[in-house]
Amino acid sequence: MPQEHEQKRVQRKSGGEAGNQGGQVEATKKGEKLKEEMDDILEEIDSVLEENAEEFVKSYVQKGGE
Amino acid sequence: MAIPKVMGIETEYGISSSAHGDFNPVLASSMLINSYAGDLRRIRWDYEQESPLRDARGFEPVQERQPTEEDLGLANVILTNGARYYVDHAHPEYSTPECATPRELVVHDKAGERILERSLASVADLLPPGERLSIYKNNTDGKGNSYGCHENYLVARSLPFARLVRDLTPFFVTRQIFTGAGKVGTEGSRADGGRIPFQISQRADFFEAEVGLETTLKRPIINTRDEPHADPEKYRRLHCIGGDANLCEVALFLKVGTTAIVLKMIEDELLPDLSLEEPVPALHAVSRDPSCRELVRLRDGRRIRALELQWEYLDHAKKFVKEAEATPENAEVLAWWEAVLAGIEEEPLSLHRELDWVAKFRLLEAYRERDRLDWRDAKLAMIDLQYHDVRRGRGLYHRLAGAGKVERLTTDEEIERAVVEPPEDTRAYFRGRCVARYAHSIAAASWDSIIFDTGKDALQRIPLREPLRGTKAHVEHILEASADAPALIAALQA
Repeated sequence: MPQEHEQKRVQRKSGGEAGNQGGQVEATKKGEKLKEEMDDILEEIDSVLEENAEEFVKSYVQKGGE
Repeated sequence: MAIPKVMGIETEYGISSSAHGDFNPVLASSMLINSYAGDLRRIRWDYEQESPLRDARGFEPVQERQPTEEDLGLANVILTNGARYYVDHAHPEYSTPECATPRELVVHDKAGERILERSLASVADLLPPGERLSIYKNNTDGKGNSYGCHENYLVARSLPFARLVRDLTPFFVTRQIFTGAGKVGTEGSRADGGRIPFQISQRADFFEAEVGLETTLKRPIINTRDEPHADPEKYRRLHCIGGDANLCEVALFLKVGTTAIVLKMIEDELLPDLSLEEPVPALHAVSRDPSCRELVRLRDGRRIRALELQWEYLDHAKKFVKEAEATPENAEVLAWWEAVLAGIEEEPLSLHRELDWVAKFRLLEAYRERDRLDWRDAKLAMIDLQYHDVRRGRGLYHRLAGAGKVERLTTDEEIERAVVEPPEDTRAYFRGRCVARYAHSIAAASWDSIIFDTGKDALQRIPLREPLRGTKAHVEHILEASADAPALIAALQA
């Protein structure tokens, strides 16, 4: 599994390097795609976030453990 | 000579209630666990061999005995998967069964999350209308209160403890760069009033000493608790208290996999002296630098990055594995270790699929950008906390995992199996199978014993002093042939 992962990493790295001009276009496209992807994740997470952040954070108090 | 690394993880989970006012976390934890355990809760924990105050450096216990959770009647159960599930202080704690490989331990630690999630469902009916509990697999409330995630590794008693301290400390100080679970801000005595917006480790702020017996104050990088839960002539159980609780499987796998290999190298005295000049300040500095560029000073005068020290450990590990232990399990650890170090070298943020602190940091940065939030905004602290919620519908890690945004090393089927089935390659197999088959004849059990009550005058105590005995290969046929506990005891004594 990590081998596959390493391959993916290498592919990711070499993805935008084919020619300078093409590389830049590729990189921009990639950047947009990443942003879209991130926006989708945030939208999904928005739907499960607790409503009152202030109150939620304030009320989370633990006793020390261990 | 290095011995096999039998290992396990104890996780104290954070617990809170929607009814903030008169919430009693001790009773709530107990109710949570009992609601899950059902009939299993009648088996008592056997405390006979426990001595958490014995010190590995040879000191005698000095404190008087405090009332234990048992004295207070709190939940403390042994599950059919060989795990212990109980109340520790004011938290539900899940201790995995002993595992023989890092991968198995990942599966069992993840099974713990599922058990806590199920407990939330089973306790819901017992709570007053409108009240609900939440459970977090994290290590701090962000207000200076920390609770632990402790790893345990079997090490040879013959290994001089001073050598262990020398060679393990630099490793623990620097492994945070892949084991950290990430945290917004600073806290406790290390609080800096918001200058550091985000750090790699949940736990680093709480560590103040290099070596010691404490776990709740003046916490040390190397903990000296000497309570082997096994033959004390042969073994130590190294109790490591500095790690963060992980949700990302790669981070979790690396945390235990790399540490197990490093411990074997220490047992074989293969490591050179990589001592840090000041380990405690270095621990804090490494945690507070998500760019992973901060330099730490070695006693030999070098000033290098945490990452470079990790590369040195990896180089030694590769040599060790090649020469002494060329197993597929070790190869997988080395491959991930190298991939992750290479990722940090190039761009730490590229590891958002593998490491908790990066996954969390990326999420926080995305929110900061979209909603134009200052680092002190409560919403970010909330996201930090909710990342660790064990409910798959609510927890942000679990939402990322559900959307395929994190790397998985296990399958859901394996984890579900580990919720009920013990590992096959350690004594946990015998413990778990006995609990599954003969629960009504077991009076008590612990890590290294099972006490049967078969209705005769005397109870029968079966010691389990060897962590690698009582495996499926050793005992499956005996268990299969024993319809009840008296038959089992007769077969074991034959």
